Amino acid sequence: MPVEEGVYGLLAEFNTPQAMVYATERTRAAGFRRMECYTPYPVEEAATALDVHRNRVPLMTLLGGIMGLTTAGLMQTWMSAISYPVNIAGRPLFSWPAFIIPAYEWTILFAGLSAAFSMLALNGLPQVYHPLFNAPNFRSGATDDKFFLCLEATDPRFDLAETRTLLEQFHAVSVVEVDL
Amino acid sequence: MATKPISEPYRHPVNDPMIDPRTGEFAVIAPGHNFTSVTQKIANVVLTSHTPLGWFFGLIVAGGVASLLVVAITWLVLRGVGIWGVTIPGAWGFAIINFVWWIGIGHAGTLISAILLLFKQSWRNSINRFAEAMTIFAVVCAGMFPVLHIGRPWLGYWLLPLPNTMNIWPQFRSPLCWDVFAVSTYATISVVFWYIGMVPDFGTLRDKAQLPFAKWFYGILSLGWRGSTRHWMRYETASLLLAGLSTPLVLSVHTVISFDFAVAALPGWHTTVFPPYFVAGAIYSGFAMVLTLAIPIRKFYHMEDLVTLRHLDNMAKVMLGTGLIVAYGYGLEVFMAWYSASHWEWFMMWNRMFGPMGWGYWLLILFNIALPLGSLWWRKLRTNVAYLFAISIVINIGMWFERFVIVVTSLYRDFLPSSWGTYRATKWDYMLYVGTMGLFTTLFLLFVRFAPMIPMNEIKMMLPQTKIDGMNAEETVDEVA
Repeated sequence: MPVEEGVYGLLAEFNTPQAMVYATERTRAAGFRRMECYTPYPVEEAATALDVHRNRVPLMTLLGGIMGLTTAGLMQTWMSAISYPVNIAGRPLFSWPAFIIPAYEWTILFAGLSAAFSMLALNGLPQVYHPLFNAPNFRSGATDDKFFLCLEATDPRFDLAETRTLLEQFHAVSVVEVDL
Repeated sequence: MATKPISEPYRHPVNDPMIDPRTGEFAVIAPGHNFTSVTQKIANVVLTSHTPLGWFFGLIVAGGVASLLVVAITWLVLRGVGIWGVTIPGAWGFAIINFVWWIGIGHAGTLISAILLLFKQSWRNSINRFAEAMTIFAVVCAGMFPVLHIGRPWLGYWLLPLPNTMNIWPQFRSPLCWDVFAVSTYATISVVFWYIGMVPDFGTLRDKAQLPFAKWFYGILSLGWRGSTRHWMRYETASLLLAGLSTPLVLSVHTVISFDFAVAALPGWHTTVFPPYFVAGAIYSGFAMVLTLAIPIRKFYHMEDLVTLRHLDNMAKVMLGTGLIVAYGYGLEVFMAWYSASHWEWFMMWNRMFGPMGWGYWLLILFNIALPLGSLWWRKLRTNVAYLFAISIVINIGMWFERFVIVVTSLYRDFLPSSWGTYRATKWDYMLYVGTMGLFTTLFLLFVRFAPMIPMNEIKMMLPQTKIDGMNAEETVDEVA
């Protein structure tokens, strides 16, 4: 595969979440959309500024739960009443009240696994390579005590020189170019 | 920077930095922490090149005890369950007692990670991770007992609904089959919840690690986490959903385990109070175990800044509450034995209290009710670390005796005096039980050394620096009144 060359985006580093959120709000107001904040803990205000509060994890969890309930219900019915019916003290073969408990557990099992794995899948994780890790200052702060705003080169408004000037006015600690 | 470790249990609120002057409560995090100090404090335990000697010593002792487990299981596999004390009528001896005891201990971890998250009890953030680890290791220990108890552990997969050459399926009307579903779901969801919770912290460890192997190892575990806000939002949603799912799950697990008893038509077991009383007992013993683990660890790793007296005080309060529910359960058992007007129930209760194994009943009343519930009302005792450590061990012993009394006294003298017997555990029973404690401690020591034992990102969320609207001097944590 040929090595892609170019710029992923401009990465501005901030010392405080306040400065980062302010910069995010302003750059978004300036028309940027392909942008992302990187923080050591979830910053609600950044999500509000980026308008990314809604996601599809709850829907996936619901679907997983329905799948678990149906699977366990049908499985128990088929196994106990159709595949190998065993008469236990004259109890009905389709003894659904007893089937509730495994069905309840599998509803939770499937829903929980769907929540976890759909979160990872929607996030595109696990991911072995990401251009941001090329930035010299990203790994020393993004998961520790620094707050980053990245304006990505794919944004139609992105212009290396102009965007850098725009970001620098927010008193960022540094603004660095991220290689692809 | 951080304050000195706390030495005196009860101090004057005016000049004590650990006490919030407004509420008079202990702070959840010692004042003076910032993002960097939290990362350093927690990540250094994992990334340090100077592993404390005490850790090695603990690992050797725990590993030595765990080797008893290897011996006990090997001999069991060679000779069969006949080496245990289980016989007719006492067919459910130590294996079931220990199974219920260990699973119960695990429940506090899920309560802390899930239920307290839903209730927005942010103080739980410091103790959440190792309580979850405790859950998983307790479930590992618990799961061993039923699998060994089936006699041919290598056929344990017969418990699962798998197609097989005999064309038969599990008996879905049996509580023992429900157990398989409940416990396997519980183990799976607990591991997933625990691991998902650690992913961002593994990212921090990856970025802070110096050794190439550590970078690679934590890099793999972190799944490429980079703290993107879109990722964080899905992550938060998933955490909340997992908490919402774990809550009914944890309540159902001990309920289903109590069905193993309650569905049977045996005096002392056939009771409707069992599900709630089992769940409360599980949480009671689990919090005791969290204290048993947290107190030495916070001392050893100097985590008094992050696991403060507030946490110990709150956990003691939870124990007080759940302990009262357990006491109600005991009371109701006695009341129903009388009120049911059933000869068998009444005899069971008399036998339980004054029969040959009556000492077990009074021991459990002393250890579970009299000592803890008589003393935990006092804040001085709830914030006395040494006392809490002692009482947590007392409760763990008491809760073990609760299961002993339930399992043994109902079984060994049932309806027909001609079928009465007794129960006596053999050295193999004791060896297996003590061995699981060694395994549990070993796993826990490995966990505190190689994984972030306190969630860094969740602690950071509680710092005053995270407040976006102005940097005013508000208190560290907003408490829900």
